[in-house]
Amino acid sequence: MVKVFGDTRAVDGVDLTVPSGSVFGLLGPNGAGKTTTIRVLTTLMRPDRGTARVLGHDVQGEPDAVRSHISLTGQFGSVDEDLTGRENLVLLGLLLGHSRAAAKDRAGELLSAFELAQAADRLVKTYSGGMRRRLDIAASLVVTPDLLILDEPTTGLDPRSRNQVWAIVRALVARGTTVLLTTQYLDEADQLADRIAVMDRGRVIAEGTSAELKTSTGAGALRVRLRDPADRPQARLVLSRALGAEVHPGSDPGSLSARVSDPDAVSHALAELSRSDVAVTEFALGQPSLDEVFLALTGRAAEDQAAEEVAA
Amino acid sequence: MTTTHMSTLHPVTEPSARAALSDRARPSSPTPLSASLAFAWRALLKIKHVPEQLVDVVGIPILFTLMFTYLFGGALSGSTGDYLQSLLPGTLVMTLVLVSVYTGVGLNTDITKGIFDRFRSLPIWRPAALVGALLGDAARNLLAAAIVIALGLAMGFRPDAGAVGVLLAVALLLVFSFSIAWIWTALALILRTPSAVSNVSLLFVFPLTFASNVFVDPETMPGWLRAFVEVNPISHLVTAERGLMHGTATAGQVGWVLLASAALVTLFAPLTVWLYRSRA
Repeated sequence: MVKVFGDTRAVDGVDLTVPSGSVFGLLGPNGAGKTTTIRVLTTLMRPDRGTARVLGHDVQGEPDAVRSHISLTGQFGSVDEDLTGRENLVLLGLLLGHSRAAAKDRAGELLSAFELAQAADRLVKTYSGGMRRRLDIAASLVVTPDLLILDEPTTGLDPRSRNQVWAIVRALVARGTTVLLTTQYLDEADQLADRIAVMDRGRVIAEGTSAELKTSTGAGALRVRLRDPADRPQARLVLSRALGAEVHPGSDPGSLSARVSDPDAVSHALAELSRSDVAVTEFALGQPSLDEVFLALTGRAAEDQAAEEVAA
Repeated sequence: MTTTHMSTLHPVTEPSARAALSDRARPSSPTPLSASLAFAWRALLKIKHVPEQLVDVVGIPILFTLMFTYLFGGALSGSTGDYLQSLLPGTLVMTLVLVSVYTGVGLNTDITKGIFDRFRSLPIWRPAALVGALLGDAARNLLAAAIVIALGLAMGFRPDAGAVGVLLAVALLLVFSFSIAWIWTALALILRTPSAVSNVSLLFVFPLTFASNVFVDPETMPGWLRAFVEVNPISHLVTAERGLMHGTATAGQVGWVLLASAALVTLFAPLTVWLYRSRA
């Protein structure tokens, strides 16, 4: 099964294929075209040019066929605030073709599975952000979809709720559901997605696994913390000579960091530090974060662009 | 700068998401009728949970009936009691046409919410959300009608055709307000804010209701105005309502209203649905 993306106004020539049974992440700042891409795929918006197929069905030619395979959890909360959690789920059960009794049963199952049983009969407007988001995802699972689409599932959530949403997504994927999610959070894509497409200004500027994206920027990150901050100028000199790269002092007075292209140079650098009698308390070599990947790909930090952009 | 090897495993309170997935076969999509009824149920739930929205619906009919009867009744008919017999069917019409505007205002607010994205991504008959909302609003309109009639009876309104006549009159009125509400739903999809919908709708409602036979006999009006009043659908509706309540209705009067209702639905329902579908 293959899903191909087409073109829309805010999306300037996106061409993607999402393998089924995997989690695909669309990563980009506000206004990059993620939500527009999602709206085309969920038949909420027609592309101006190009085509998109979801599970073999054309979004324009067979919108109802597409709709019967997908579930959308939208960015702005696709549940009804003026109803209770239970009523929301029963309503969706009815709209998906369940009888009233079956819709009620299913609502009960989902409420307990998502730890909402206690709040089931309260109005959604009284729910916390995390509860609302869990209900929103539950609403997408009233009937198990072949493709679950989550538009920024953790934007605005506290870390605990975010972890819960992540756990839910992982459990769904373990059961074989294909998930397409959009996110502005680089670590979220890193944590959840098998494949990531980085979007910027309506275009896909890079695509691959998290590891591939990191490798493609061709650099790792070295971070050193010294026992005595007074050693820093000397350590900086030693390291930059050993690595052949620029070494930056960190905000912590005893820390230094550098981008390295050759991992072998790192052990050499460590030996050089030890020879110069500089005591090291922490020495870490890691892959660059996706933040750094974004910076390397666009020449701008993701945050800078988010600030200049109006809502997607 | 972060290093990936340092990122800790997140402690997770694992929700039983595995249990959340249903193994049941996907049911077939609902019929247009059951989808519409599900949306009507949603509208009724909203009335139950947000009863504040009924303040206008309860207030306007009481205000209108009291105000027009006692303010103008003596001057126009010599006695408020006599005037009420012909005025009450008129204020009932006016109230329901006015209350029907809330259907559009409500839709305009509703459609901007995320829940509509979910509705529109379901494999259901597309107009169901609109038809259901209108059916649900019929309950609100019925409440408004009941208030006007109860108040009228208390003030001395005596329908010659009795309970049956009144019920038939209310039924006809509900059909008409369901039909005219499609104009407001179309406006709700064109205009940007709920207050714009309300303002533009009232711009139509006030001339239509006042330049009619609700308050005074058209015989007293200048010729050009009388010409308008006589083609005004509200006048025909009021005539039919008076006829049904007092037992003088003709098939022609009722038929005219049903025809006008059918015309409104034929014109504005497809327009509304088209606007709804093409809304990005």
